Parts: sequence; C-alpha cells; structure tokens
Amino acid sequence: MSKIKWLVPTIYIVFLMLPIYWLLNMSFKTTTEIINVYSLWPKDFTLINYKTIFTDSTWYMGYVNSITYTVFNTIISVSAALPAAYAFSRYKFLGDKHLFFWLLTNRMAPPAVFALPFFQFYSSVNLFDTHIAIALSHCLFNIPLAVWILEGFMSAVPKELDETAYVDGYSFGRFFFKIFIPTIAAGIGITMFFCFMFSWVELLLAKTLTATIAKPIAAIMTRTSSTSGYELGLLAAAGSLTIIPGAVVIYFVRNYIAKGFAMGRV
Amino acid sequence: MNKTFNQKAWFFVIPVFVLVAFNAAVPLMTVVNYSFQETFGSNVFAWEGTRWFKEILHSERFHASLGRQVIFTFIILLIQLPLGIGIALTMPKKGWGVPVCLILMSMPLLIPWNVVGAMWNIFALPDIGFLGNSLNTLGFDYNFTQQSGDAWFTTILMDVWHWTSLVVLLSYAGLNSIQPAYYQAAEIDGASRWDIFRYIELPKMKKVLTLAILLRFMDSFMIYTEPFVLTGGGPGNATNFLSLDLVKMALGQFDLGPAAAMSLIYFLIVLLICWVFYSIMMRDEARS
Repeated sequence: MSKIKWLVPTIYIVFLMLPIYWLLNMSFKTTTEIINVYSLWPKDFTLINYKTIFTDSTWYMGYVNSITYTVFNTIISVSAALPAAYAFSRYKFLGDKHLFFWLLTNRMAPPAVFALPFFQFYSSVNLFDTHIAIALSHCLFNIPLAVWILEGFMSAVPKELDETAYVDGYSFGRFFFKIFIPTIAAGIGITMFFCFMFSWVELLLAKTLTATIAKPIAAIMTRTSSTSGYELGLLAAAGSLTIIPGAVVIYFVRNYIAKGFAMGRV
Repeated sequence: MNKTFNQKAWFFVIPVFVLVAFNAAVPLMTVVNYSFQETFGSNVFAWEGTRWFKEILHSERFHASLGRQVIFTFIILLIQLPLGIGIALTMPKKGWGVPVCLILMSMPLLIPWNVVGAMWNIFALPDIGFLGNSLNTLGFDYNFTQQSGDAWFTTILMDVWHWTSLVVLLSYAGLNSIQPAYYQAAEIDGASRWDIFRYIELPKMKKVLTLAILLRFMDSFMIYTEPFVLTGGGPGNATNFLSLDLVKMALGQFDLGPAAAMSLIYFLIVLLICWVFYSIMMRDEARS
C-alpha cells in the first residue's frame, strides 16, 4: 500500500515536469535543429538563445518591466488590503457584507470584458504604457483576493490580543504595526505570494495597456509565437526564463504554503 | 467572532474602495454605455436601446461559444476535482517529500499563461513535440491544429496540467487540518478506508473544496490566454470559447455595441453562478 501511495504523486509530478523539460530541451537547441531533428535531448548544445535575450535590450527589458509592475502591484494591493481586511474582520459597519461581495465580484469579472475600456480609460488619464497603469489595473483582481485571504488570517487572531494591547496603553498605530502585523506575518507572506503570482501570469490587460516602454516579457514573446514555427529556440529560452521568478518565490514561501492554506481562507 | 458596530471602520476600507472603484466602476460604465449605442467611429454615437442585447441573446454565434464554454468548464471540474483530491490523499504528510511535492506541484501555477500556451504548443506539435510525436509513433492520428477532437483533448490536458495543483494544494491543506484523534477514533470503530474518506475527510474538506470549485469555475469560465496561444480558437471555431469570441468581436472587428452587450451578459452569468456558490458558503459558515 505504501509503495502505491508514492506512485500517484510521482506520476503526477513527472506529468507536470514533462512539458517544462521539453521547453528547456528546446531552449538549448538552435531553431534549425528543433525543426529538422527530433531528439529527446539537445544534440548540439547551445546557449545562443539565452545570449540573444541577455544582449538584446528589447528582450531583457521585458523581464525588468514585468518584475517592476508585479512588485508595484503586490505592494499596492497588500498595503491597501491590510486596513480593509482589519475592518472586515473586527467591525460591523453599514453595508459591510455588500461591500465584501462587491469586492469579490471584481475577481469574477472576465478580464476580456475590461480590456477595451481599460485601454481608453488609461489613455485618457495619460497613464497608457506606464508600469503604474498595469499595476493599478491588476488591483482589480488582486485587491479582492488580498482582502479575502488577509481577512481569513486576521479573523483567526483572537480579539483579546487587540484589547490587551489597548489596556497596556498602545495606540492603534503602534499596536497595528508592532504587534498585529508580526502576528499575521505568515498571512501577509501568503497574500504577497498570490498577488505576485496573479500579476506575474496575467497577460491580456498587461498587453492591452502597453505599447513599447512598459511592455511585459509575456507580450514580447507573442511576437515570436504568432509567426508559428519561427524562432522556436528563442521562444523556448524566453519561456524558460519566465519560470525562474515564480520558482524563486515558491522556494521562499514553501513552508507557509500548506500552513497558510490551512489557516486562512485560501 | 462577535464584532462591534463601528462606522469609522469605513475609513479603513476607503483605500480599497477607491482603488477598486477607479478600476471597476469607470470601465464598467463605459461598457454599459456602449451596450446601448451604435458607434460610427470618431466618437459619433446613436442610441440603440436594447437592440444589441436582443441580437446577442438570439445569435447562434453566442449560443455556440457559450455552449462550448459550459462543456469545457464542466469537463474541467469533473476531471480536476477528483484528481486533485486523489493526489492530495496520497501525498506524504511529513518528511522531505512535503516541500519537494509542494514546490514541484506549484510550478505550473506560476508560469505566465501565454508561456503555458506556447509550452504546450511546442510540446504537442505532431512532428517536433514530445506529446504529438509520441502519440503518432504509437499509431494515433494526432494533430491538434487540424482536428477538433485533438484540439479539445490538448486544451483540456493543458488545463489539467496547469490548474490541478491548485485543487491539490487546497485539498492538502484541508486534510492537514484534521486532528489525528479523528483517525484514531475511526480505527477503533473499525472504519474502512472509504468510510474514513466519506465521513471524516470529505466533510472536513468541504470549505476548501467549495473554494476550489469557485476558483476553478471562475478561471476556467474566463479562460482566454492559454487557448488563444495554443489553438487560437481553431481549428475553425472548435475551441473558440467565450472570452476568445468576445475579444475577436471587440478588438478584431471593433463591433463595440454587440461586444459590450455580450460582455455584460457574460459577466452576469458568472456573477449569478458565483452568487449562488457564495450564498451556500456563507450559509454553511453561519451554521457552524
């Protein structure tokens, strides 16, 4: 029985790794080799694709742009969501339940619905093709999620903690930053992970809102993928590189994932 | 938790309210605006009333893409939920296997969606892709760019690859929160493996599973980027899901009125189903 138990996750992980391996395999081949020779590993190992990406500024600036707006978005989402989640977890106020559901509905709005109005709206306020425009537009789905997750974590903290602190003479600000935030650090970590993740992987809005200056790597890649079968090696190398930031983030939050999932809402 | 009434709590909510309103209300009003008007370019608009809504609701094109979307989402939920629960049940509970499983399984979740599409495109190409080449070597006539059946198979397999881990992570967290005492009690009572699952694990996972269903429903119903890169909606219209069709109409043909009306109908469908889920979730939470 215990042997069979190992088998299922192993098969699943192999299934997950196969396409990733294939992408890596392709990224170390030249495009001619990809098209002409079918092989399970690179016969003629080359780093030329990676060299192109790291020397051509239109390519590597794509990564810089993507990371910039993702970090902006994570900071904005979490810092706006912290006080709101606190309010939802501690107080009743006029229209609180409706407001909470209204926030969640934005997580449910298909980005395709918003693509065109966003383009017009951000153009009219002169924010088109800036990092901040993408960071703000991603707040649409990340803030509701951040509020939702943080509210779960905060509700798990007993209210006595707040009351004891006030009795001890803490002001609200000092209590919030000195005691409360360290208590829910794991929750903040998980929230940042999710905000980073959803902002990093989104393409439709990021592509719609940019032209050249703030263009994300994901959009630069569509340039090669649209001409199907062309520059496959370069596409594979660029794709492989987009896996790295995610992998780094997972590594840092690995201990929180299971615990955080169990404690909070998500 | 007993909450106190305090209207000042609104001040805490203001930043979130402003940011989301700025992002949601303004564009949504634009969509509503368009949905009742006809555009002639250069900002000339004419009132059309509910014409676009009637047209969309009666158009075969909308029925077809909505039908495809519903079938797709249904298949996705049917595969990913049991599979995710099954994998979570067999995952190691302690030791070095836990971080290894968690890290490797979360990988697909953090890859940009168009890279997922591109990756699967390369992986499934019938001549140079591992999947396509293997299937053809095994004697299947597989070509996802030509045959609708294969295109569906590839899109579903890609989504299973991409998102099953989310269900796994959620179920795993739910399983981990069960106290060992429950299992000990079950052992004393001589419960079978199935009984343990049916009467202990499944009820304890109810909350996370509702969330998993909700998230998987929303995201698979709104799927755009991955099939756009993988199949582009083709061959023909075989994998032309709602979002793909909407973007084609809005940005491709610039039919703003009908596209806006379709957006609103689309949004209302998602909203309605999520509201039902959400109400059930909140009712259960209030009861416990």
